[in-house]
Amino acid sequence: MDMHRREVLKAGGGATLYTLLAAAGFLKPGDALAQAWNKGAFEAKTLDEVVKALGGAAPAQSKDIAFVQTPDIAENGAVVPIGVSSSVPKTESIAILVEKNPNALAAVFDLPAGTEPTVSTRVKMGQSSNIHALVRADGKFYVATKEVKVTLGGCGG
Amino acid sequence: MNRREFLEAIAVATAAGLPVGSVSAQGAAAGASFYDGAMKPFGNVGLLHFTDCHAQLLPIYFREPNVNLGIGAAAGKPPHLVGEHLLKHFGIAPGTRDAHAFTYLDFANAARAFGQVGGFAHLATLVARLKAARPGALLLDGGDTWQGSATALWTKGQDMVDAQKQLGVDVMTGHWEFTYGADRVKEIVEKDFAGRVDFVAQNVKTTDFGDPVFKPYVIRQVNGVPVAIVGQAFPYTPIANPRYFVPEWTFGIQEEEMQKVVDDARAKGAQVVVLLSHNGMDVDLKMASRVTGIDAILGGHTHDGVPQPTLVANRGGKTLVGNAGSNGKFLAVLDLDVKGGKVAGFRYRLLPVFSALLPADPAMSALIAKVRAPYAAKLGETLATTEGLLYRRGSFNGTSDQLILEALMAEKNAEIAFSPGFRWGTTLLPGQAIRMEHLMDQTAVTYPFATVNEFTGEMIKAILEDVADNLFHPDPYYQQGGDMVRVGGLKYTISPNAASGARISRMELAGKPIDAAKRYKVAGWAPVSEEARNTGGEPAWEVVARYLRAQKSIPPRTLNLPVIEGMAGNPGMSV
Repeated sequence: MDMHRREVLKAGGGATLYTLLAAAGFLKPGDALAQAWNKGAFEAKTLDEVVKALGGAAPAQSKDIAFVQTPDIAENGAVVPIGVSSSVPKTESIAILVEKNPNALAAVFDLPAGTEPTVSTRVKMGQSSNIHALVRADGKFYVATKEVKVTLGGCGG
Repeated sequence: MNRREFLEAIAVATAAGLPVGSVSAQGAAAGASFYDGAMKPFGNVGLLHFTDCHAQLLPIYFREPNVNLGIGAAAGKPPHLVGEHLLKHFGIAPGTRDAHAFTYLDFANAARAFGQVGGFAHLATLVARLKAARPGALLLDGGDTWQGSATALWTKGQDMVDAQKQLGVDVMTGHWEFTYGADRVKEIVEKDFAGRVDFVAQNVKTTDFGDPVFKPYVIRQVNGVPVAIVGQAFPYTPIANPRYFVPEWTFGIQEEEMQKVVDDARAKGAQVVVLLSHNGMDVDLKMASRVTGIDAILGGHTHDGVPQPTLVANRGGKTLVGNAGSNGKFLAVLDLDVKGGKVAGFRYRLLPVFSALLPADPAMSALIAKVRAPYAAKLGETLATTEGLLYRRGSFNGTSDQLILEALMAEKNAEIAFSPGFRWGTTLLPGQAIRMEHLMDQTAVTYPFATVNEFTGEMIKAILEDVADNLFHPDPYYQQGGDMVRVGGLKYTISPNAASGARISRMELAGKPIDAAKRYKVAGWAPVSEEARNTGGEPAWEVVARYLRAQKSIPPRTLNLPVIEGMAGNPGMSV
C-alpha cells in the first residue's frame, strides 16, 4: 500500500488539491462546461434515443471496444466503476450508458486527437442492467455491451 | 416432465441395475495399501493442496451432495456430476473407499464401515509422508481455513493459524478469513505469518487508489525449479459476506490483471505458474479458457471433490483445473515433470483423508488438545440426539438446514424461514449426539444474528430470484458459488434454465398462493447489511440450541424442496 501518496493527499487537503488541479489546467471554468452539456442526450431514455441526440444513426456492435476494470457483479450499486477502452481508429468520443437507469446516459467523454481512448468513471445503478459503451469514431457510431449485476448479497458459500 | 415423472424415471433406472452404492468386501479390505500408489512421486516438482477445511481440526463425516446442478455449458460436466454419474465418469468402482469419499451413496452405512475423514493430526501424517518422497514440495492452502468451527470463532482464527504453521502451510489465499475484519487479517499476515506463510491475492486492492493489499504471487524454488504461486481470493467476498468487514478493500475477478500477473511471473523466471484459487470451479474453468500461461489452477470455494482435473484449452496452451473438496476431507497431490523450463507432464490425485488409516501426528494432536481445553465443557454439551442423517450440502436443501429452518420458525413464531446456502457444515450419522460443537459447525459466523422481517410476497420472490441467479446464471463470472437459499414453510417451483427474474413460480404457503402485496413474517439469520448488524439479534446457534434441548430426540427430517423444472436427465441430480 502506498501510504506516502495517501498521506500527502490527506495533508494537502481538498482545497489545496483543487487549487493545484485548477492551476495545472485540469479544471475549466464553469461556463465552458455548460457549453459542452448536451441536454437532450442526458435526458434520453434508451440507447437509440441517446445516439440520435448525439447526432448519429443505429450503431454497429464492435469487438474493438473493451470494458476494463468493470465488475460483473457490483460490490456497491451506488458507485460502480466502469472503464472503456476503444481501439476503433479515429475515436472521437466515448459515452457510457446504463440501460435500466431512469436516464440512460451516464457520461460522455470527448477525446481530443492524440488522446489515448481509455476512460473510466463511476456510475450509480439501482438494479442489474446492461451497460453500453458507445464510441464515435470518424463520425460513425459503434457500441459494445456488458451486463453488470446488482444483487441483494448474502447467501454465499 | 414433472417431479413425479422424474422420480418414476429414476426408479426405473435403479431397477435396471444401476448401482445404488454399498460397501463391497473388496472395498473394505483395501485399507492397508490405500495410499501406496500416491507415495511414489512422478516428475520433479511436487505440490500438495487442501482447501475449504472450514476450521475442522478433528476427524468428521462429510456427505457429498446428491444434487449439484450444472446448467448451460456446465451441465453434465465435472464438477456437476453426483452419485453413480460421478463414479461412471471417473471410472470409480462402487462400494470402494473412493466411491464413499466422492459420493453420497449409501452414506451412513459406508461411513460406519470406512470411518471418519480429515482431522489435522491425520492430515499432518499424510503431508509428512508425501513430502518425504518429494524434495521441497510446497503445501498450498486455498482458504476458508479460519472459519467454520466454534474454536475458530472464539479464538478469531488463532487456533487455525497455529495449526497451519504446525502443518507447514507455505502459501494461502482467502475468503471467510475476511469476515474477521481487515485489521485481524493484516495482523495475522504481518505478524503470525511473517517469514513462514505467504498470503497471496492478486484481486484484492484498496478502494481509493487500487493499490494491492497482498502480494499477488510468490516464486518459490521447488527441487531447484522456480514455481510461481498466484493467489485469487473469493471475488465476491464483499457481496456474499458483509462489506463492512472490509470497507476499504475491493475484490472482483480481475481477469485482465490476472493475465498481467501471470505474464510478470513468467518474465521473472517462473518455469511453472500455478493459480491458488478461491474462485469456485465454474469460474476457474472459464478463467482457464481465457487467461494464458497458467499451468494449473488448484481451486476451492465450491467444495467440489473432483477426482481428476479438467484440461482446458486456451490461446496459449492448456490449463489443468482441479477442485479439492472441503472440511479437511481431501488432500490433492500434483506432481509435475518440468523439463527444459516447462511442464512436460503431470499426475494428479485427490486423496481422501481416511482418519483410521493415518495415525495421528503427536505434535498436532497436542496442539489441538491445548486449543480445545478451555472450551471443553461448552463444546461437549449434548443438545439432542439425531435419529436421521444430518447433512447440509446440496443445491436446494439439506437435513441440517431443514432443522435450522424448523427451529427458526418455531422459536421466532414465523410462517416462513430462510437459511443461507452455505456449503460448509459437517455431517452427523443416525444415532449420533448433536453436541454444541456440531451446531457451531453449521452456524459459526461473525454475523450470526437471527432476524425476523415482514416481507411482502413481491419481496420474497425478488430474494429467491436474486439468489437463483447467483447460482444459475449461464455465465459463471456472474455466479457467487453458494447454494440456493434454504426455505422453510414456503413451497415454490424453480426453472434453473429460465431467464433472470423468471425462474421462480407457483409460490405457496399452506396451500394458498403467495400474495404479492401481503406481508409475511419471515425468520432468517446471517444478514449481510450494516443496518442488520446495528439492529443485532440473538445468535442463530442460541435459537437452534434452545429448540434442540427441548426436543431431545430429532426424528429424520423431510426436506422442503422446490419443484424443479427442466432438469430431467441432468447428471447433477440423483434422488
